[in-house]
Parts: sequence; structure tokens; C-alpha cells
Amino acid sequence: MAETAVKEKEVKTAEPFFGKKERKLLTDPLNDNNPITVQILGVCSALAVTSQVYPAFVMAIAVTLVTGFSNLFTSMLRSYIPSQVRMIAQLVIIAFLVSMVELALKAYNFPIYKQLTVYIGLIITNCIVMGRLEAFAMANKPWRSFLDGIGNGLGYGAVLIIVALIRELFGKGSLFAGSAIEMKIIGPSADYFVNTTESTLFGWYSNNNLMVVPSAAMFVIGILIWIQRSRNKKLVDIS
Amino acid sequence: MGEFINTFIKSAFIENMVLAYFLGMCSYLAVSKSVKTAFGLGLAVIFVLGITMPINWLISEKLLSENGLFGMDLTFLRFILFIAVIASMVQLVEMVVEKFSPSLYNALGIFLPLITVNCAILGGSLFMVAREYTFNQSVAFGLGGGFGWFLAIVAIAAIREKMRYSNVPAPLRGLGMAFILTGLMGIAFMSLMGIDPGVFAGK
Repeated sequence: MAETAVKEKEVKTAEPFFGKKERKLLTDPLNDNNPITVQILGVCSALAVTSQVYPAFVMAIAVTLVTGFSNLFTSMLRSYIPSQVRMIAQLVIIAFLVSMVELALKAYNFPIYKQLTVYIGLIITNCIVMGRLEAFAMANKPWRSFLDGIGNGLGYGAVLIIVALIRELFGKGSLFAGSAIEMKIIGPSADYFVNTTESTLFGWYSNNNLMVVPSAAMFVIGILIWIQRSRNKKLVDIS
Repeated sequence: MGEFINTFIKSAFIENMVLAYFLGMCSYLAVSKSVKTAFGLGLAVIFVLGITMPINWLISEKLLSENGLFGMDLTFLRFILFIAVIASMVQLVEMVVEKFSPSLYNALGIFLPLITVNCAILGGSLFMVAREYTFNQSVAFGLGGGFGWFLAIVAIAAIREKMRYSNVPAPLRGLGMAFILTGLMGIAFMSLMGIDPGVFAGK
């Protein structure tokens, strides 16, 4: 009895702090197990913020923080939470973290807070957070759960930012509008990098208004899924 | 009454929860494979939205606001209270339906408890606060928003049922096609923006 206990302890200490498994937890959600394009989690609150890159970027950071820390806290408390009330307990943890994020954003970056409005609050019901708590944090150790949360947040953020880059570039002709590193790429005045009123090569160009409407996000994600699945055959839906 | 109809039409058609704000997308994509289940879930959402919206309105106006019961600004508690109301209401609705109409309960099945984490419910309450609706408007917004969500999920379920017999490229099958269809439906719903809700309000 005593021997096995000692052995278990040795095995535990022999586990690397950041080994192959841990790295997999971080990188897997970026492509093979992406929360949006593969797991269909968290599409809800995300798509409406992708018309510009900067709010999408802030949203990605907020979600990554919330998924990471809610996974960490739930995993720490997992043996104390009775299974009948686990949903409520998880929701309280998430709601607490989201309230923190909201207050911080309100204090430090009010314009973005105004722009994101209710979507910050909707991180609570974002299926990624709840989904990862149920699927991973309730059964794994805190450090790994934290990495899993951060990884899923980053995978979600990556899709968000790719969609926002495409929509803002083609819809508004700019990138990172509203932030300190605003770039004006193409448009009908001298401020822009390519000035369509004078350029002979790009005189025909005008911004695509379709990209600004919410539906464009659906098309862009649909096409991203198409590209991802044609490169990775094992993700194809057979049913 | 005019105001009520006005808000109902606006929230059901012009500012549809799914197609204009992407609320409740998770269950919308996951449960829209057959019309029958989509119908049941849609009804449950109308039910829960219609009940939670006035209750959350009372909470945010009478308890949390500065001229409420406690006389101080408690808005930082909003998220926790709203989600608690939604979770308990879903539980309550489940018990009441089970007691009085077992057939409806069986039809809705597992979808009732799932509504707790449907973003459309919490999102509706947060929109209601952000837009400073009156009590009547919040009731209309709950029912109208639920009806809009119901319409959208039944429509896409019907399209996806037909889609199964079409020759869609393999990588796009299922989820990818659902996204593109939703985008197209969103554009179709945009044409309803021309409706002037004022006409129904008798202005």
C-alpha cells in the first residue's frame, strides 16, 4: 500500500510541466479541433463583432481570459461541486469572471465597451466556456484545464480575427480602425494607401457593402470550413 | 397596444435574433436537422423568452436600478441575477409543463433544460436593458423575439431536410452548408427592413 503510494507520487513528479501533451492542448484547438469550425461551439456571441478587426481582437482576448480562468477555477473546485447543482455553480463562476472583464473594459476602454455592448455579457452563455467546463475541466487537473481553456480561447480568437480581417479589408478598406495602429489600405481619398480616385490601376475599385452586413460573416465562415475540410479529409461530415 | 404590436413586428422580422444578431446560434445549428425537433425547440424558446423577459425587466428596474427597492446602483449584479432567473425559470417551466401537459413535455424532451445556455434568452434580456424598453415593450420583445427565432429555425430545418438530397461538395456538407444557408436567409430577411412598424402602431 505504502509502496504504491510512493510510486504514484514519483510518477506525478516525473510528469513534465510543459511537455508534449500540454503543447497539444494548446495547439489542437487552433486547427484540428477548432471550437468554431469543428466543435460548433460559441458561434453565438461571436459573429456580430467581426465587422472590424479591433473589437474582434478585444473580444478574442476577453473570451480567452474567461475560458482559461473558468477552466482553472472549476477544475480546482471540481471535487467540491455536487453534480446536481454543477450547472448553477459553473454559471456563477463564469458570470463572476465575465462581470470582472466587463468592469475592466468599462474602466479602461470605454469606446470599445460601447461598441461591443451586450456581446461581452453574452460570453456567459458562450457555448465554448460551458462546453469546455463540462468536457474537460470537470475531469482534469487545474494546470492542464487552464491550458485547454487558453487553447480553445485562442482557437476561437483566431477564427474571429481571420473573419474580421477579411470583412474589414473588403468592406471598409481599412484594418484595425479605431485603434492606435489604424491602417487605411484602399479607398477614395488621399488618406488611403491606394487612392482609388487617382490610381489608374484601381480606379474601378469600390468597397463591397455586402461584407459589412452580418450575413457576410456566415459566408466567410462557411468558406473557411470548406477550405479546412478539403485540406483535412477526416473532418468531412459523412452523414 | 400600438407600441406592443410595433415592438413585436420589429423584433420578429426586422431585427430577427438569429439572422441579424446571431443569438442562439449553437442550438440553431445543432438542432436544425429535422423540422419536428426544430419546431419543439422553437416553441420552448418562445415560452421561456416570453416569461423571463418581463421578470428580468422587473429585476433590473425595481431591484437593481438607483431608484429601485434598495436605493443604490447594483447593476454589477446584473449578469449573475439574470442568469439565475433564466436557469430557475427554465426549471420551473419544465416542472409546470411536466405536471399539466405530459404530452407537450415529452414532445420538448431534452430541449427544455438546454434553453438555459441559449444565448438568445440572456441576449434578449441584455438588449432589453440596453435599449431601455418599457414593461409592455419588454413583453412584446420577448414574444416577438421568440417568434422570430422559431421562424428561423423551422425554415432552416426545412431547407436542410431538402438539402440532404442535393449534390453538395463533400467538404461543405452539413455544417458548412448550414452556415452559407443562414447567410442567404439573413439577406432574404434584410428585405423585410422596408417594413415600417409605425403603420401597425396607427401612426
